[in-house]
Amino acid sequence: MDFSLAPEILSSTIRMSVPLILACMAGLWSERAGIVDIGLEGKMLAAAFLSASVAAFSGSAWIGLLAGVGISVFFALVHGYASINQRGNQVISGLGINFIAAGLAVVIGHSWFKQGGRTPQLEGAARFSPIDFPGRDALFAMDGIGRYARILLDHTILTYVALAVVPLSAWVLARTRFGLRLRAVGENPQAVDTAGISVARLRYEAVVIAGVLCGVAGVYLSTALQTSFVRDMTGGRGYLALTALIFANWRAWPALFACLLFGFLQAIANFMQGAHFFGIDIPVQVFNSLPYVMTIVLLAGFIGKSTPPKASGIPYTKDR
Amino acid sequence: MSARGELPTWVDIGLIPLLNLTIAFIVAGLVVVVIGENPFRALVIMLDGALGSLKGWSYMFYYATNFIFTGLCVAIAFHAGLFNIGGEGQAYVAGLGAATPGLVIGGALASVLPGTVSTPITLLICLVCSFLVGGFWGWFPGYLQAKRGSHIVITTIMLNYITSSLMVYMINMVFRPVGKMAVESRGIDDAYIMNFREMARLIGVKIPATPLGPVLFLALFSAWAIWYLLWRTRLGYEIRAVGANMEASLYAGIKPAKIIMITMAISGGLAGLMAFHEILGTQHRLVLEYVQGAGFVGIGVALMGRSHPVGIVLAALLFGLLYQGGTELSFAIPTISRDMVVVIQGLVILFMGALEQTFRPYLSAIFAKMED
Repeated sequence: MDFSLAPEILSSTIRMSVPLILACMAGLWSERAGIVDIGLEGKMLAAAFLSASVAAFSGSAWIGLLAGVGISVFFALVHGYASINQRGNQVISGLGINFIAAGLAVVIGHSWFKQGGRTPQLEGAARFSPIDFPGRDALFAMDGIGRYARILLDHTILTYVALAVVPLSAWVLARTRFGLRLRAVGENPQAVDTAGISVARLRYEAVVIAGVLCGVAGVYLSTALQTSFVRDMTGGRGYLALTALIFANWRAWPALFACLLFGFLQAIANFMQGAHFFGIDIPVQVFNSLPYVMTIVLLAGFIGKSTPPKASGIPYTKDR
Repeated sequence: MSARGELPTWVDIGLIPLLNLTIAFIVAGLVVVVIGENPFRALVIMLDGALGSLKGWSYMFYYATNFIFTGLCVAIAFHAGLFNIGGEGQAYVAGLGAATPGLVIGGALASVLPGTVSTPITLLICLVCSFLVGGFWGWFPGYLQAKRGSHIVITTIMLNYITSSLMVYMINMVFRPVGKMAVESRGIDDAYIMNFREMARLIGVKIPATPLGPVLFLALFSAWAIWYLLWRTRLGYEIRAVGANMEASLYAGIKPAKIIMITMAISGGLAGLMAFHEILGTQHRLVLEYVQGAGFVGIGVALMGRSHPVGIVLAALLFGLLYQGGTELSFAIPTISRDMVVVIQGLVILFMGALEQTFRPYLSAIFAKMED
C-alpha cells in the first residue's frame, strides 16, 4: 500500500462519503419518524437523472438541483401516501419506487438524449464545481501543504451542505420540539396522537425532509461527483446509506463517521485494484463487501446492539 | 355492517388484483405517452411479440421458468411472514452449486460411465447442489433472524451485495480458465441440458431457436410441490401458522425459530433452482450477472400471484410476456428502451404490494349497498 497517496485518498473519501451522508440523513429523518425507507436508492437515482437532464437543458446546475430535489420529493410523497394513508407495506413500497426510478431514468433518458440512457456531458455552469475560495489556487500550489489543503477545500458547495446537515439534524432531532415529536412518532405514535398531535402530518414532514436530502444526494452524484447521469449510477449507495444508518444505531453523529468509513473503503477500492497488506493480496471485492459484512456481524449482535425506532415500519392505525 | 374485509372471495382474489394491475398498466401507458409514442400501439407490439409467434411463446415460457422459481422463493417466505429480498443473491450464489459438480466430477464420471448414464447422474448432483447452496444462502439470514434477532429484509439486502462481490471474485479468479479473456468458466459439457430445439433436431424436427427447455417442467413440478407442502403437510401448516400469528403458533407447540430457518432454506433453495435452469439449461457455463434481476422479479410475481402457486405460475407467465414483449418493443420502437419492463415491474410491485388496499373501502361500500 502506497502511503504517499494519503491526501488523495482522504479527499476521495470525502467525495465518496457525501452522497452517503446525505442519503443516510434522509434515512435517519424518515426512520426516526417511523417510516422505513428502502427507497433511498430510487429517489437518489431519480434525482441524479432529472438534475443532470435539466442542467443539460438549462445550462444551470442550480435549476438542475431544484428539479432533482423536486422529483425526489415527489417519490417521497408517493411513499408517504402508501405508508401513511394506505398503511401499505413500507418495504414493498420503497422497493417498488426503486424499480420505477431505475427504469424510468433509463427509459426517459433514452428517449430524450438517444444515448442509451446516458445524459449529455455537463460543462461550466451546468455542473457544480469546487468553490473558488479566495487564495485557493495559491494555497493548492504550495509544496506539501497544498496537497493536504485539497482534502478539505477542493469541494463543491454540496459537500459543505452535506457536512452541515449532520449537526443540524442532530440538533433539531435532539433539541427542538419538532424533533422531539418526530422521534416520539417513531417510538410511540399512540402517545403523540393522544397528545392531540397529528401522526400523519409529522410523518409526512419527515418523509418530505428525507426526500429533499435524498434529492441533494442524487444531484451530487450526477452534477458534482460526475459530469452526467449513467444508468444505475447510484450503485447501491442508497442501500449502503441504510447500512450506515444501522451501523450508527439511528444517530446523526455516528452516522457521519459510518459514512466516512464506508466512503474510505470505496475510495481505497477505487485507488487500488487489490491492495497488499503484509504481503497478502487483498482482492478489491473485499473492500466493496466489507460494509455489508460488518453490518451483518453488527446485526447478529457480535459487536454491540442495534435498536431501531420501535414503531418504524409499522403503519399507524387509530384504535376505535 | 363494518366496511372492511367483508368482500366476496372473487372480488378479493380476482377483482382487486385486476384493478391494481390495470392501474399499474395505465401509469405505464402514461409513461409511453410522455415519451411521445402511442401506448396502444406499444401494447399491440408487446402482445404480438410474445404471443404472435411460436418463438415468442417459447421465450415467454423460458423467462417464466426463471420467474416461477424466484416467485415461489418469495411466496413461501411470505407464508411464514418473512420478506425475502435475497432471492437475487441466493440465485446468484447457487450458480456455484450448479456449475461446480459439472466442472469437477462431471468429467470423471463421463470417463467411467457412458454419457447416457453419467450426464443424468451429474445433472442430478448439480440439481441437489444448486438447491443446497441457494438454500444455505437463505437459511443463513433465517438463522440470523430466528436466533440473533437481525431483520431478514436488511440481512438479505446485505447478502445480495456480498454475493455480488463474491461471485465476481469466484468467477474471475477461481473459475476462469488461465489465459481466457472473457470472465466466465469453461463450458460445462458434462452436465448439459438440451433445450427443446436441440431435442427436436435429434428427431429431425425444426423449431425456432430459443433457450426454452425441459426445466420448465421442473418449475411446474416445484409449484405443485410447494402447493402440496403448504396445504397438505404438517410442515406447511406450521409455516402458515407462524406467518399468521407467531405468538399463537408458539402456544400451539410450534417452534417459530425452527420454522423460520426451514422456510428460508426452502425459499433460498427454490431461488437456487433458477441457477440450475440458467447455468445448465441456457448458459452452459458460469457467467457474471446471469440472474439479471430475476430474483427481484420474483417479488412482483409473488405479490401478483397472491403467494399461491397457481397464481405464481400465471403471474410468471405474465412477466415472461412482459420480458419477451418488451424486447420486441424495444426493437420495433427504438425510442422505448427495454427498461420499460423494469418500470412496469416497479409499478406492479407498488400497486399490487404497497397500495393493494386502495380500492377496498370503495368496493366494500359498493357491495354493502348492493346487499341492502
